[in-house]
Amino acid sequence: MSTVLVVLDHLDGAVTKPSLETLTAARQYGAPVAVALGAGAEGAAAAAGEYGAARLVTVTDAELDQSLVAPRVDAVAQIAAEVDAALVLLPAGITAAEVAGRLAVRLDAALITDAVAIGGSLGAVTTSQSVFAGNWTTESEVTGTAVVTLKANSVPAEPDPVTAEVTAATISYAGGSALARITASEAKRETGRPDLGGARIVVSGGRGTDGNFAEVEALADALGAAVGASRAAVDAGWYPHAYQVGQTGKTVSPQLYVAAGISGAIQHRAGMQTSKEVLVVNTDPEAPIFALADLGVVGDLHTVLPAVTEQVKQINR
Amino acid sequence: MKIVALVKYVPDATGDREFAEDFTVDREGSDGLLSELDEYAVEQSLQIAEAGDDVEVVALTVGPDDAYDAIKRALQMGADSGVHVNDERIHGSDVLATSAVLAAAIRRLAPDLVVCGMASTDGSMGVMPAMLAERLGWAGLTQARELSLEGTTVRISRDDDTASLVVEADLPAVVSVTDQSGEARYPSMKGILAAKKKPVDELTLDDLDLDPASVGLGAARSRVTAATERPAKQAGTVVTDEDGSSAAVIADFLTAGKHL
Repeated sequence: MSTVLVVLDHLDGAVTKPSLETLTAARQYGAPVAVALGAGAEGAAAAAGEYGAARLVTVTDAELDQSLVAPRVDAVAQIAAEVDAALVLLPAGITAAEVAGRLAVRLDAALITDAVAIGGSLGAVTTSQSVFAGNWTTESEVTGTAVVTLKANSVPAEPDPVTAEVTAATISYAGGSALARITASEAKRETGRPDLGGARIVVSGGRGTDGNFAEVEALADALGAAVGASRAAVDAGWYPHAYQVGQTGKTVSPQLYVAAGISGAIQHRAGMQTSKEVLVVNTDPEAPIFALADLGVVGDLHTVLPAVTEQVKQINR
Repeated sequence: MKIVALVKYVPDATGDREFAEDFTVDREGSDGLLSELDEYAVEQSLQIAEAGDDVEVVALTVGPDDAYDAIKRALQMGADSGVHVNDERIHGSDVLATSAVLAAAIRRLAPDLVVCGMASTDGSMGVMPAMLAERLGWAGLTQARELSLEGTTVRISRDDDTASLVVEADLPAVVSVTDQSGEARYPSMKGILAAKKKPVDELTLDDLDLDPASVGLGAARSRVTAATERPAKQAGTVVTDEDGSSAAVIADFLTAGKHL
């Protein structure tokens, strides 16, 4: 029991930033073995090596995309057994939590999701989590094998280049009637913006946008930020659910969170309370979101955001 | 046909939520209620029952005495009966042990379909539906925005980060539904009165043939060693904007924080 296994998220071999953060965190336990699943997995080799993975195991079988979650668990569980993993680390996310949960059952391992820090030693891993809408921090201690998902922006990604030896794994899939078969898949429109979960800066709009996200998007683009939305804005049909920040959407922890026209209900704060800095723009000085603000601006976002966007463009020029 | 809707009793998120001395969630000292996200699971179960013939909906929970309130709410909404796994020896169980208890209770009930919320509003891990599918060896159709049943085939729509998916499986299956699946009903006066006459079974570990040594704080593979309340954030600067006058202040803030 001496290996740490890191399951990378990638799109056609392009490894996500939270995955590189996870590899960086994994290095404290020794040289990690990385796993990349799905089409283009071998393309992850360069990034895996740059961030210290001595080995990259790839699986590109069609089974992975034919059913939900279970085939990925088949693959990771078999690779974990092969390398005798004492710790499996995954960048946090909705699918990652499900893979981790099933994996913990299969490996009879401890399960920790959404860790914001990880330490200790293999076999006795320690973690910190931010719970109850970020109002509490808990420390946990694990005995034995552990499966842990690590929240984005918890650990800065730092390179430590090695050459990753790439091997393709042969997986035996459980198959059968217990599969959740994917019968249709419609790709989403690319926005060209960073992924919400791992973005350094997030600009979110709420009820105060009155349904017009143009100013929110313009500021996000000037800052190189991801766009988010409150549940009120999503429920009103103003922005897709995939961009919802909060308890029933994404949990984000960026360097800077801009809340524009968002009142700050507990359900929203649960998704952004661990952000390093918060900028609030809201017409209502009594809005609870101001309690989280490092800088709060009482004003109309339709006036304030374009003025800031202009300033940012001038400074960056 | 039988549907089990999983319901969890959680501390009210709009009140103060605390930890007990053993670092488990304090469920005695705070006001609790049915986890809001589980109301969507009850709602979807009831909609299937109303559309079908001879469909029974059972609300299942694991928890202390107070957790009965979660079942009561589900019964008031329209579930037919409840099962409450209530055993002091379960206190302090980690998610692995809790999933083993739930899986044992589900096996005993032998439903065709299990419907869960997408996550609890206290632990918020969002892992239970997947872990139950794994333990039961059934298909797991998670994060459903839409749910429908045709014969013995269950079908969901869900939104992933990069794609919208349609997913199908054969029964028995475990489904989790999101808050996008459709508003949950309020109990009617008739529903509240009817709930008082509906049966609720109490079960212990012995009824489920589970080894007490496999659950509880003692068996937990992970344990919480400290819980600290986040210090209230220092009050930030607040300025009032006049026709975009705050832009320079914001630009300075962005520069100081190295966000540009």
